[in-house]
Amino acid sequence: MAVDAGAQFHVLAVDDSLMDRKLIERLLKTSSFHVTTVDSGSKALEVLGLREDQVTPSAVSPEHNEIEVNLVITDYCMPGMTGYDLLKKIKGSSSLKDIPVVVMSSENVPSRINRCLEGGAEEFFLKPVQLSDMKRLRPHILKGRSKDQQLQREENSNTIIISSSSSGSGSGSGGSKRKAMDEEPSPGRTRLRFSAGSLTML
Amino acid sequence: MFIYTTPVYRLSLALQGFLDEQFYQLEELQDESSPNFVEEVVTLFFRDSSRLMANIDQALEQCPPDFHRLDKFLHRLKGSASSIGAGKMKNECAGFREFCSEENLEGCLRSFQKVKKEHTILRQKLENYFQLLRQVVPVDKATRSGS
Repeated sequence: MAVDAGAQFHVLAVDDSLMDRKLIERLLKTSSFHVTTVDSGSKALEVLGLREDQVTPSAVSPEHNEIEVNLVITDYCMPGMTGYDLLKKIKGSSSLKDIPVVVMSSENVPSRINRCLEGGAEEFFLKPVQLSDMKRLRPHILKGRSKDQQLQREENSNTIIISSSSSGSGSGSGGSKRKAMDEEPSPGRTRLRFSAGSLTML
Repeated sequence: MFIYTTPVYRLSLALQGFLDEQFYQLEELQDESSPNFVEEVVTLFFRDSSRLMANIDQALEQCPPDFHRLDKFLHRLKGSASSIGAGKMKNECAGFREFCSEENLEGCLRSFQKVKKEHTILRQKLENYFQLLRQVVPVDKATRSGS
């Protein structure tokens, strides 16, 4: 599936306040995002295909794996699982860790902000969230997706491709042709594949 | 396109310090796809705030008052007020929270009276505002909207 500039991205918004959910939904929709709102961290994990006690998505609920979420935006202060807890769960999951997470809070507490950023959050928004804040979301989504796209192109060809975006160490995979989905894409890793007889550099 | 006196009314509301530019932001988010957005958000605000204030009432009546719980309710109330642009009420909540952190019951009770007063005034002003909106006849429609 090609991703172009007009593609609609799907944002999962998490907030225990109905009023704030309504606000963030409107802000996101006005900014051309497709939106799903939930009122708790545990529901958010369900949408993402992960139960609280799991690390990888359940194989028995394939429909969950089809809901692609491009970004999660979550309130910090929530009863039960806080936004920070949710952030850690997402970043701690091998399949979800590349989904950008933005944390929101009505309180400007520098230690809280730092904690979230260090925990892997892309951004921290102060509430009330503004329409102008929505512009900061797309770059985070595109950053992740362009890496995915590049890896997808590599998967589909049999030539050597040196990924321009990565600086990691290469990993050879021998001479066998790899199936498209037998391994998770890990952005940043140079992948080299050798095909019999031809050597093409792009 | 509506013709209404709202900009003037809105301005007077803002001048009196009850609503700040966050409220205008809400109005900007309202459009044909979400034509009652502002009223819906305001309704949710009063639903939330009434419940929170009842909780605060209870927390203050406890012997001794549970200041920790009180702070949690105030955090929510202040956040909600901030979300709709109710600047004055937000500031009263901030003052209330300070008394709460000092565990100053007298200060809390005084503050709460102020918060309740602001809340009542705000409710009245916003009800008037939405009534005004409903009374206006839209230019491009033949039928009257509302009432």
